[in-house]
Amino acid sequence: MSRSAENILVQVANVKHKKNDGTLYLMSERLAWMMKSKSDAFNIVHKYGDIKTQKISPEGKSKIQLQIVLHDGSSTSFHFVNPEGHGTQVAERNNVKEMLVQLLPRFKRKVNKELEEKNRMLSENPGLLQLYKDLVITQIITTEEFWAQHAQKAVAGAKAHVGQGVGVSGSFLGDIKPQADGANGLKYNLTPDIIQSIFKTYPAVKKKHMENVPMKITEQEFWTKFFQSHYFHRDRVHGHGLKDIFTDCAKEDDKSIKEQLKRGVNDTVANISAFSDNTIDENYGASEAVVKNAANIVHQSIIKRFNQHSIMVMRAAESPLPPAANATSTTSGGANKPTAVNIHPPANGSSKSAAQSVPVVDPAVAGKRLREKLDYEDLEAPAPKKTSALNLAKVERYLNGPTPAQPSEFLTQEQIAHSRQVILSMVHDWESANCTQILSQAQAVGALVDLSPGGSLMQSGRRNDLADQCPQSVQIELRQLYTSLCELARHFWACFPPTTPQLQDKAAKMYETLKKFQQVKLRPFENELARNYTSISGQLTSHINQMLESAFRKYASWKQKKIPGPKR
Amino acid sequence: MKLNVGGLLVHFPYDYIYPEQFSYMLELKRALDARGHCLLEMPSGTGKTVSLLALILAYMKAHPAHALEELRKLLNFYKDSVGEELNFVGLALSSRKNLCLHPDVSRERDGKVVDARCHALVAPHVRERHARDPENVPVCDFYEQFERLGRDLRLPPGSYVLDDLKKFAQGYGVCPYFFARTAIAQANIVIYSYHYVLDPKIAELVSKDLPKNAVVVFDEAHNIDNICIDSMSVKITRKLLDRCQSSITVLESEIARLKEADSMQLKNEYDRLVQGLREAQTRRENDAVLSNPVLPDHVLQEAVPGSIRKGEHFVAFIKRLVEYLKIRLRVQHVVQETSAGFLSDIASKVCIDRKPLRFCSERLSSLIRTLEISHTADFSPLTLISHFATLVSTYTKGFTIIIEPSDDKAPTVFNPVMHFRCLDSSIAIRPVFERFDSVVITSGTLSPLDMYPRILDFHPVIMASFTMTLARQCILPMIVGKGNDQVALTSKFEAREDTAVIRNYGTLLSETVAVVPDGVVCFFTSYLYMENVVAAWYDQGVIDQIQKHKLLFIETQDAAETSLALLNYIKACENGRGAVLLSVARGKVSEGVDFDHHLGRAVLMFGIPYVYTQSKILRARLDYLRDTFQIRENDFLTFDAMRHAAQCVGRAMRGKTDYGIMIFADKRFGRIDKKGKLPKWIQEHIRDSMCNLSTEEAIQISKKWLRQMAQPFTREDQLGISLLTYEQLQTEEMQEKIQKKVVQG
Repeated sequence: MSRSAENILVQVANVKHKKNDGTLYLMSERLAWMMKSKSDAFNIVHKYGDIKTQKISPEGKSKIQLQIVLHDGSSTSFHFVNPEGHGTQVAERNNVKEMLVQLLPRFKRKVNKELEEKNRMLSENPGLLQLYKDLVITQIITTEEFWAQHAQKAVAGAKAHVGQGVGVSGSFLGDIKPQADGANGLKYNLTPDIIQSIFKTYPAVKKKHMENVPMKITEQEFWTKFFQSHYFHRDRVHGHGLKDIFTDCAKEDDKSIKEQLKRGVNDTVANISAFSDNTIDENYGASEAVVKNAANIVHQSIIKRFNQHSIMVMRAAESPLPPAANATSTTSGGANKPTAVNIHPPANGSSKSAAQSVPVVDPAVAGKRLREKLDYEDLEAPAPKKTSALNLAKVERYLNGPTPAQPSEFLTQEQIAHSRQVILSMVHDWESANCTQILSQAQAVGALVDLSPGGSLMQSGRRNDLADQCPQSVQIELRQLYTSLCELARHFWACFPPTTPQLQDKAAKMYETLKKFQQVKLRPFENELARNYTSISGQLTSHINQMLESAFRKYASWKQKKIPGPKR
Repeated sequence: MKLNVGGLLVHFPYDYIYPEQFSYMLELKRALDARGHCLLEMPSGTGKTVSLLALILAYMKAHPAHALEELRKLLNFYKDSVGEELNFVGLALSSRKNLCLHPDVSRERDGKVVDARCHALVAPHVRERHARDPENVPVCDFYEQFERLGRDLRLPPGSYVLDDLKKFAQGYGVCPYFFARTAIAQANIVIYSYHYVLDPKIAELVSKDLPKNAVVVFDEAHNIDNICIDSMSVKITRKLLDRCQSSITVLESEIARLKEADSMQLKNEYDRLVQGLREAQTRRENDAVLSNPVLPDHVLQEAVPGSIRKGEHFVAFIKRLVEYLKIRLRVQHVVQETSAGFLSDIASKVCIDRKPLRFCSERLSSLIRTLEISHTADFSPLTLISHFATLVSTYTKGFTIIIEPSDDKAPTVFNPVMHFRCLDSSIAIRPVFERFDSVVITSGTLSPLDMYPRILDFHPVIMASFTMTLARQCILPMIVGKGNDQVALTSKFEAREDTAVIRNYGTLLSETVAVVPDGVVCFFTSYLYMENVVAAWYDQGVIDQIQKHKLLFIETQDAAETSLALLNYIKACENGRGAVLLSVARGKVSEGVDFDHHLGRAVLMFGIPYVYTQSKILRARLDYLRDTFQIRENDFLTFDAMRHAAQCVGRAMRGKTDYGIMIFADKRFGRIDKKGKLPKWIQEHIRDSMCNLSTEEAIQISKKWLRQMAQPFTREDQLGISLLTYEQLQTEEMQEKIQKKVVQG
């Protein structure tokens, strides 16, 4: 046995697989079956993560069977043949089934998450998908290689850019409409969405939930208590001596808000206490003292709660928590049926939410905000049209192009006037000169025809020839070839100079890959071209071939240099 | 762009100009030419401040005679376009709290604590002691550096906001606060809080050296009368008197100590007081906490009366005063009396004359200096009493004393308070009007214009209200007078508790919230009313309705809590979720926060924000206004309510590219006496058909209007109507049009 220390959760004897008798084991991480005859190793082992689903035989069937379907499509069937009879067989099977129902989801998520993530990335990024199709599906490189090397950027990008989370609706508590159930009770309908909203907004409740469910109370009891609590009913003031598990949730909320208050508001636009530059001492001035009337403490606490609620909703949207796990779809509770629950003192760890920092606005930003407020956009001159800057790597190259710029000289007025005179006289002279050597009309027309597009002299010089000739599908294919090749070539060239053994290995591998690419992708394409579009076949792929050849040449020369290397 | 405003070359820092900005500058220039005061109302967000600064700067250049960001822009513009760097210095002045650089002291958040700790480090006697014993007596290095070179330090031309000033001062290691105070003399434009010029306790220190031809501008001055009153009013409680008692004990023991140790010092002080010399100016400069209220000049020339010249005598005197006040606080019912009544009573009961009372504050500050007491914060109650004594004996008119045995809200608790209230806002501002040639009072909401000259008692040469020229109607004021069920919407006292009204207010809000994008701001008439309404809404399920569409934030009486809510409100508006802010007229939010653009697409005013009329103090002021200025009680109350309503509603508008709905949800707004008191720029958009809408009608109109506003709005649409180029401004027909728009008060 590979790992004898593993927990065996369920062990069922008398299970047949392919007519062989044996024992079925459910262990903490895998499912296994051992033939009766040889008891030293498992014949069949399936990790839970590999299992896609399980199937059972219908109710009325004589054979009691359980089928395990794996992700790769294969399946294994177990036949329960307990000699005690049909009833026991069914019971045993159901036992295994139940166990699997509980076990499978745990492993499923772990495996699929990664897959899903990759899947999502591919579907969001068409270029990557194409690359994947070209390189992996044709087995030029392996999947791992692809993800490890070629999709690095995409993976990093995906990690850096977490999509915008969906915020919490401000009214989720209001959406839970209690309905009278007729028997002097109230029924609250909770959807997973609402539960998630509650957890997101009130981390303290989530903590309570994690602490208490399902160890101490059931899901349903928890929510019943929640709805009974003073926490939910915001118009009640929470007392101190009350046995309510949510009392300290409220306290914790208060604490976190208070902490924010202590930190103060740095934004000058919002900081009310900093508005007035008041030098009047207390007891001077006419302002009435702040009226604190004790009669309305309830009202004041409601107002406080509303502010807290909104602030927490805002915060929930800012810091997306991981989505809350398995939420039951519906739970209902009779609000007037008190349930006795053992209340344990809550863990005294301070909640993390309290430590979240208010974004600090530094004075420069605040000043900018102030300026924004003061500026009158419509009074300003219209902003000049945005021109994109020319970004030159080497300026001299731009300046000294193929034809070096002529040093221009400034001409004086007289010079210009003079040259005008000269030109005028030349024109005058030309008119009077006799032009004997001119073409006849027919010849001229002939020359023009030859020189116009389609003419005999214009055939070789046409630029867009290729684009016209090859159909869209070929172009697309060509483009894809280019992307894949460029990606591979990039990695190939990145290996040079191969100073470390790893780089040398990689270079060799990339060389192989390029060869493979040429074999698998390029040759068929060329053949296809040669078959269908004879005229353009050579030209189209010539550049690709050049790229490949230069890479091969580089590799070969390096190889040659390298071989004598170790001798020295 | 360079403008010709009535013959004055004004550099305006933009390429385009609003027509009303031009006429604003024109009127302002006329007032300055006439060397008179003026009152100008221009809608918020039409570039009031920049016009103001542009003109004044130009004026100062032509006649060698918060907002600093705009000034900076202007200065930059001058630099760019004129090519010469103008030798102008703009300076913002603030309290120690905002300017302190001292590593420990600056960490304090409470302004009073900062002041006191600062004083303990820079008072002259502390520094003397430090010179003797540098180890144990700490001083502020920044102040020492300031003493060394600060007074000769020149500010390079430019505009200094608080941060710039701090940076500049830090570069030299000098204290920014004291440096700013001396640098006022160098600055051409100084920007500070009203209190620095209105509050006699501070004004004497800070604003004394301003030349007579300086132009004083009160921007956002719609509340100026209240600030005037604030600066002259004092409140005395039992607790305060108890603290006085302990301060007096300290004073007594200090005097005894000094008598034994160094009786020469007391003798010197006595001699000084006999000669009637005031303390040297330099000594007083850093004692802001202790300077005295404004006194008529002739009093200052006199010698301190003999009865309080000696330290012990003065302490005995002030002890008697405190005891007397304690007796007065022992009342069973409300007592109201005049200053004169108070003076005759105190003379007959404890034999305190008017004259020594008048010198009370001066004498106390002198004594505290002589005794070298550095913990001035401990003596703040005593200082307050001395200020009270000086004020009550100096001004016999325009003040009242009201002694209440208990608070209105809690009539059973015995908590006596003595209010010494200024009733006449003109008292504090009169010196300003008299001293300076031109005082400009300007704000977005000054209507009705004729009220301010009456309550501030001055005669403006120019009074003008400017409307907003608009290419599209970007404000939608509506008066919603009834709910869908025809119940009249009103916040009047009898209908406050009416659930039908509250429910209808709720429907109005929840339906508005459903159609208006981004931010919605609501104003209630008071905290109490808002709390009741919110609680009722919770029971009625209105809150859930609102939360379906937007997040809900509510202003509370706690400034920190409100700031946090406001921050999140802004965030919610900015990320597109949308939010509602419930707040209170006259609250902090209504006075300081701008809800421009998406932060406030709709403002709802639930009810008319009348001031709490049952208060004795208000009644006294109303009586005074009626007797002295012939202003009817009701006129003043409505004026006050409407200016606050306009202030609230005007928060949502900033500039012509902005747009917003203004809903006045009270039937009474429709009446002509209320509507007529709204600023002109709001009033002209309220059509007669919109004066008594039902909720549903209002929502329909809003929907249609919002759709219009959502259309693209470009500069071309505005140009020539509400936005002018230089060429357009020069045309005669436009000049005529601009002239016609101005409403002369």
